[in-house]
Amino acid sequence: MTFCLKNARHLDAPVDVFVRDGRIVTMTPAGHQEIPAGCSVVDAAGLLLMPSFTDAHAHLREPGFEYKEDIGSGLEAAARGGFGAVMCMANTRPVNDNAGVTRAMLDRARETHPHGPRLRPIAAATVGLRGEEMAPLGELRDAGCVAVSNDGRPMPGTELLRRVMEYAADLRLTFIDHCEDATLAPGWVMNEGVVSGELGVKGQPPVGEAMQVARDVMLAEYLGLPVHIAHVSCALAVDVLRWGKARGVQVTAETCPHYLWLDDTALYGYNTAAKVSPPLRTAADREALRRAVKDGTIDILATDHAPHAPHEKERPLDEAPCGFTGLDLAVALTWELVRDGVIDEADMHRLWGSAPARIFNLPFNNFEPGDPADFFLFDPAEDWIASRETMYSKNVNTPFLGRTLHGRVKHHWIGGVQLF
Amino acid sequence: MTNDNRYHWKHKDLLDVNRLSLSDVRHLLDIAAGFQEINLRPVKKVPTLKGKTVVLFFVENSTRTKTSFDVAGKRLSADTYSLGKTGSSLNKGESLKDTGLTLQAMGPDVVVIRHPSSGAAEFLAERLSCAVVNAGDGWHAHPTQALLDALTLRQAWNNEFEGKTLLILGDIAHSRVARSNVHLLNMLGVRVRLCAPRTLLPAGVDHWQAEVYDDLAAAARDVDAVMTLRLQLERQQAGLLPDLSEYSRRYCLTSRHLALARPGAGVLHPGPLNRGLEISDEVADGPQSLVLNQVASGVSTRMAVLYLLATRNDGGLSA
Repeated sequence: MTFCLKNARHLDAPVDVFVRDGRIVTMTPAGHQEIPAGCSVVDAAGLLLMPSFTDAHAHLREPGFEYKEDIGSGLEAAARGGFGAVMCMANTRPVNDNAGVTRAMLDRARETHPHGPRLRPIAAATVGLRGEEMAPLGELRDAGCVAVSNDGRPMPGTELLRRVMEYAADLRLTFIDHCEDATLAPGWVMNEGVVSGELGVKGQPPVGEAMQVARDVMLAEYLGLPVHIAHVSCALAVDVLRWGKARGVQVTAETCPHYLWLDDTALYGYNTAAKVSPPLRTAADREALRRAVKDGTIDILATDHAPHAPHEKERPLDEAPCGFTGLDLAVALTWELVRDGVIDEADMHRLWGSAPARIFNLPFNNFEPGDPADFFLFDPAEDWIASRETMYSKNVNTPFLGRTLHGRVKHHWIGGVQLF
Repeated sequence: MTNDNRYHWKHKDLLDVNRLSLSDVRHLLDIAAGFQEINLRPVKKVPTLKGKTVVLFFVENSTRTKTSFDVAGKRLSADTYSLGKTGSSLNKGESLKDTGLTLQAMGPDVVVIRHPSSGAAEFLAERLSCAVVNAGDGWHAHPTQALLDALTLRQAWNNEFEGKTLLILGDIAHSRVARSNVHLLNMLGVRVRLCAPRTLLPAGVDHWQAEVYDDLAAAARDVDAVMTLRLQLERQQAGLLPDLSEYSRRYCLTSRHLALARPGAGVLHPGPLNRGLEISDEVADGPQSLVLNQVASGVSTRMAVLYLLATRNDGGLSA
């Protein structure tokens, strides 16, 4: 035995967890099993025990945009935020479209965070993300990529999309699609609706997203292959997913905490901190997404962590880039949903933990003997404020800046090693 | 000049009309009407803003509005300086924030900004301690245009807004003039109609305080004034319209339409005019045209705006 975590609360039950050599030995009801002599003990009374989560969608910006974020700062924000694994998108410079870039990313992660969080790169679907020719996906998988995506650049044609899905499936890699009809409302700034009309900025209707989801669902059904839909933002896309799942299509989907908390009224005052892609939709969309994460139509949560420097966001709304940081706050924002009764704690473990691991074939801690000892302790009684001082990402471009959160990650172990 | 002696102008900036109260608007229009007399004098200059500095920061091309502000400032003896996109550091990639802070460091009393981005004036106002006047930001707002239109209509309608109906005709979706006018005219008690093909209506227009028409003859019936908007030729290139001659067949304001309106209904246009496209020659040059009244009202209105903002902290000086 290396150590025992005592009296933690796991899904409402007090438990003890025994860990040896980076793996779970056993999890028992608290006090059931005697603690052997020489075993160090961590008293976790009053704290919630959760498995380390996986973020299936983050932009860590290295290589190429280290002024926004680097792998070190991104993984630190992940660790502090409760994430044991981070899947990072390929829109770096150079793009992660060959094994050299993947290996450089993984080397960097081993340097800055030798004990984790684990970096899980996502391969670019096409060379340079240009949507012209398929990237060498076999080579990328062998180097360590765990999924395939063309990130924020929608695939320009359905033929290439189909071939990428087929080729990736042979490699047991799931294709992640950013569903946007780039020909509808080019140059959009926010959701199209009452608010965009009032502010006098170009809006993007949600139907473009839903139409691409429908295309992907039909294609996945025809091919008999899986597809994963990135950052679902609207009610109509949820309806399409529900239809596809009822037909038995292997479609999975994610949404992000900001779509569960905010709507397009956050853009009033030309608030660039609320500009994101896909854009914040309406209150009705937000409510539909809340129901979808509860009932499983949307399988997982992801951050879409997208750091930008202050000078990039401090511009007129139409000039500012899209994106929010997310790793620091995602788990606390999800806990707020549990507090409000939107989901329960088991849903939270599923949405951030077991479900992404299943979709992307990643190891996960179910607290069964032999599972990786990746877990964190969460204090539901600590109130804190999202600020520059309390967050670890290199940037704080989040619309939740200044918000009081109720509950915080206190300690985190990955592979049995305590990170903090 | 206002009836309410306790009235005090409290705004640092003029960003949009929807931030003004009805008393603010009435006060401002009263002052503007008072300044109109100066513009008729042989010597059109008063010392009211002597020693004050007004910077005209026009990032988007404009001749009329910029000249109007320039004339307004000079008639009140303010020193006015112009800065455009060409010749400014914005062309060298300087951000709006940095250009704004640089201008402020030169100590102006008022910065007048026109910018292609909606929200740009508010962006600047949040960062500058001097007064900021929005002379048009993207598709969002053009408060001095709406105020000068209100002044023009007030005179055409003998001080009576209540119960009047005004039609705004043309590209509402991309028009800051329309947005500001819908707010202001509603505030003044005017019923507003909008008429445009659906491709030129803004998202959410059914939430606006306005009746929407797609047929010009129906829209023009019994109105007390018509405001036609300039059609930007790029709307056709963006695929929002089939071709310009079809637009003019369906939406050009002609004497045939004007005959459906109330007798003597005024015609407004923010300029510059596309004759034959959105307004016919006979209407533009006809007796009901208020287009040149608008230009004159523009100078007086901008004099009032500069006066109120530049003297806000001077303590009790009255016009």
